[in-house]
Amino acid sequence: MTAVSLPSASAATTGPSALRSVGSRLWIIAVWTTVIFFIINLLGIIAAVVTSSFATRWLRSWLPSGYTTRWYVSAWEEFQLHDVLLVTFQIVGAVVMLSGLLGVPAAYAMARREFPGKKALMLLFLLPLLVPPVTFGIPLATVLYQSGVGGTMAGVILANLVPTVPFVILVMIPFIEQIDPRVEAAARVFGAGTFKMFIYVLLPLLMPGILASLLLVLVRTIAMFELTFLTAGPTSQTLVVALYYAVFAAGVRAVQSIDAMAVVYMVTTLIWLVIALRFVNPTQMVTRAKRQPAH
Amino acid sequence: MATPAIPLSTRLSARGLDGVTLLVLPAAIVLIALFVYPFGYGLWLSFRPKDGTLLGNYGKFFADPFLYDTIYTTLALAVPVTLMNLFLAVPVAFRVRLMRHQRLLTTILVLPITLGTVLVAEGMLNYFGPQGWFVRALTSTGLFNVSQIKLVHNYWGVFLSLLITGFPFTFLLTLSYVTGIDPGLEQAAATLGARAAERFRHIFLPLLVPGLAITFCLSFVQAYSVFPSAVLLGAPAGPTRVISIAAYQAAFEEYDYSMASAIAMIMGAVQLVVVVAVLAARNLFYRGPAAGAKG
Amino acid sequence: MTLLSSFKSLRLEGVSRDFGVVNALRDLTLEIKRGEFVALLGPSGCGKSTALNCIAGLLPTTRGQIMLDDRRIDTLPTEDRGFGMVFQNYALFPHMTVRNNIGFGLKMRGIPKNEAAPRVEEAIRTVRLDTQAHKLPGQLSGGQQQRVAIARAIAIDPPLVLMDEPLSNLDAKLRLEMRQEIRRIHQSLGCITIYVTHDQDEALSLADRIVVLRDGAIRQVGAPEDLYARPAHLDVAEFMGFRNRINGRVQARDGNRVQLTVAGTTLDGVVQEALTGDTAIAAVRPDDMVPVAPDAHGIDTVVEAIEYRGRDFFGQARSKTGDELFFRSEQRLAPGAAVRLGAEPHRVLVYPGA
Repeated sequence: MTAVSLPSASAATTGPSALRSVGSRLWIIAVWTTVIFFIINLLGIIAAVVTSSFATRWLRSWLPSGYTTRWYVSAWEEFQLHDVLLVTFQIVGAVVMLSGLLGVPAAYAMARREFPGKKALMLLFLLPLLVPPVTFGIPLATVLYQSGVGGTMAGVILANLVPTVPFVILVMIPFIEQIDPRVEAAARVFGAGTFKMFIYVLLPLLMPGILASLLLVLVRTIAMFELTFLTAGPTSQTLVVALYYAVFAAGVRAVQSIDAMAVVYMVTTLIWLVIALRFVNPTQMVTRAKRQPAH
Repeated sequence: MATPAIPLSTRLSARGLDGVTLLVLPAAIVLIALFVYPFGYGLWLSFRPKDGTLLGNYGKFFADPFLYDTIYTTLALAVPVTLMNLFLAVPVAFRVRLMRHQRLLTTILVLPITLGTVLVAEGMLNYFGPQGWFVRALTSTGLFNVSQIKLVHNYWGVFLSLLITGFPFTFLLTLSYVTGIDPGLEQAAATLGARAAERFRHIFLPLLVPGLAITFCLSFVQAYSVFPSAVLLGAPAGPTRVISIAAYQAAFEEYDYSMASAIAMIMGAVQLVVVVAVLAARNLFYRGPAAGAKG
Repeated sequence: MTLLSSFKSLRLEGVSRDFGVVNALRDLTLEIKRGEFVALLGPSGCGKSTALNCIAGLLPTTRGQIMLDDRRIDTLPTEDRGFGMVFQNYALFPHMTVRNNIGFGLKMRGIPKNEAAPRVEEAIRTVRLDTQAHKLPGQLSGGQQQRVAIARAIAIDPPLVLMDEPLSNLDAKLRLEMRQEIRRIHQSLGCITIYVTHDQDEALSLADRIVVLRDGAIRQVGAPEDLYARPAHLDVAEFMGFRNRINGRVQARDGNRVQLTVAGTTLDGVVQEALTGDTAIAAVRPDDMVPVAPDAHGIDTVVEAIEYRGRDFFGQARSKTGDELFFRSEQRLAPGAAVRLGAEPHRVLVYPGA
């Protein structure tokens, strides 16, 4: 969808007028300068957190006066990171599994059947991705608190399903559509029942798509702040929410300790991002689900 | 004449309703329960204020400048940031589309999206803070002194954070639209005598406007619902008291869920107005495929 | 416009294009006269599209120069060359009507509306799209889109029209129609047309002159009749439809005529390319290869398959040396039957062996 293969003849062109004027050269330099400036600042922001987390004392100087790992030990205890990480993985694991179980079959039905009301369903699956979490998160949190699951782990999991199930569906629909339905027909002709057909034919074919979409769900759920923040109680905070409270209450604890926690969060996210990027293109992080309504 | 009865299941499957179609039900039910119902409930609740009148919440919101000013505050952040992101993203996307190894760049840019606003906020507090590397670098040029530059805990802190997390999002979305345009169209325009600026104005821009409108909407909606960075990097009591802060405070500090729902509804309505206006303007442009029409 | 009124010829002088270490185009030297229709012919990857893109300015050349009469044009950007180009996928602007697509080039040249309008209408009439002019390209059929692409290229009165496999996206019937159309338009304009294709039939039927390219270099330049009857090299022969390759030894020579020994029998042919050793390869079209009397000159084979194709039969046989041969037959031969295949000596083209 996002990958465009250029015809071989033009693959090496640098635009129609290969012969550039001074003006266009300046323009190109300006564009790249902007990009590089942006990236330097971005990497600077990340590096500042990492450096600070290892700093003994860092005031009024370019670099800290010394380095230590003790902030990680103190952050681990102060913020009860052991518990927080456990809760995070339980919530993320449940969200990934449930959105796979709900999303993949729904995507299969959406990709393979034409039925009345399909357009309305498509809208139902698109809206949670288009409406920002804060907007629907507050009424959702209200409902969850009134029904008694607010503040519990179950409530956090339910709230996180709202964007992830549609995400899986929208990633999987084009993936399923490109699998020739005659493959399934052939499996049936050779005597495979529905269950065997699913296990031996469909699942292996769908696996790359399922893997990719669930990895993206995983990364997004670890980083999902708003919904978790609005629905979590003290025992159901994920890492990113705990980090928010720590930053919010800055001054209570040492900056380095908060930064150590931030690094733990960063590493947790980036490990999964690196794994996910083996299976998906970075642009898919935003465009797969978002491009659908464009047509 | 009695025609042989056609079984109900056959009649249903002729309309596309069979076992496979039912697979869509679990996901649909979950989303109706967790998305549609809370929204409807929130809307109903917003008309049941504590004072018992129908429009009490809305009256209160538009009578209290502390509340209705949040709309202006949020728009004053979201609109400039979104436009800035778009104006930066288009030229960069136009250069990057010619790159053969885009993946490294897109991977770097996906970092802030993946890490999320909370981590970026913590990093920015370090990096753009009065003792941070950015301010140090500026003051070391000798052109500024520290007291002149204040980049956190004010409007600009939130602005920068929306730029850093928003630009990659806007850019990746724009890039997917830009690469969706057949490079042959530009070559064709060049052979017909169009210079670079004319090619952009007559070919790319008209084809890109519908996609840019979508990009604007999605980027705007994200910026409009800014929450953690407005608290952590801004001045949440004053200049960056955005509408999501007002909604959050109503729900979780005053425990007035009815008022919180009303604010969430107003928030959604303002977003809807902007999105509908932009999409209506988009309808004035060509919206077909941009890949060079093929019969 | 001054370009068109005065120009006499286009000259490519040693034009080369490298992609990294790959020479996509090597030392292309060619002069094309005004009014000529030249086809660049070759298999995919032979450099024909690269050549076209270099002429259009869509690719910079690595070496050499391109001259329009005495004016050097390879240093000009695409938009200043003023050539018309028809793209393989047409590259019509999807957001403009047919009329605006065709008028785009004139608009870019700043030609006033009242002067441009009649020229656009004329181009529309030339390609017979009078009733479609107000539509968007997406509403047209493939053949109609093709016509728009041609009209758009010729509306600017270019000295040179470049066509990059313009018919490859059309079905067989439409392709034949459009061939005649393209030929007619070319004749009515009197410009140079350079036409890239991998389809030898297209090149033979359209061009005044064919340039066969391979691995980025010219293999042969000639009129269609020359190329069809007398390919200069074995690879050109194969590309022109000489499907039978027969390995043999040179037995006797008399000027151009040569006798080859193939597995004990004799085959007569004419030398096309100077022979270097005593091994040689004969190339014969399947239609010239027929069963002959057992005592005539030819090759002994065993029939492997035979199929009826209307007027006659098309057969496949294998010689004693293992060469696979295709032939034409008046009778249905049974698979497994032994048959001697021969051809008129002037239809057997002999090239140096490997």
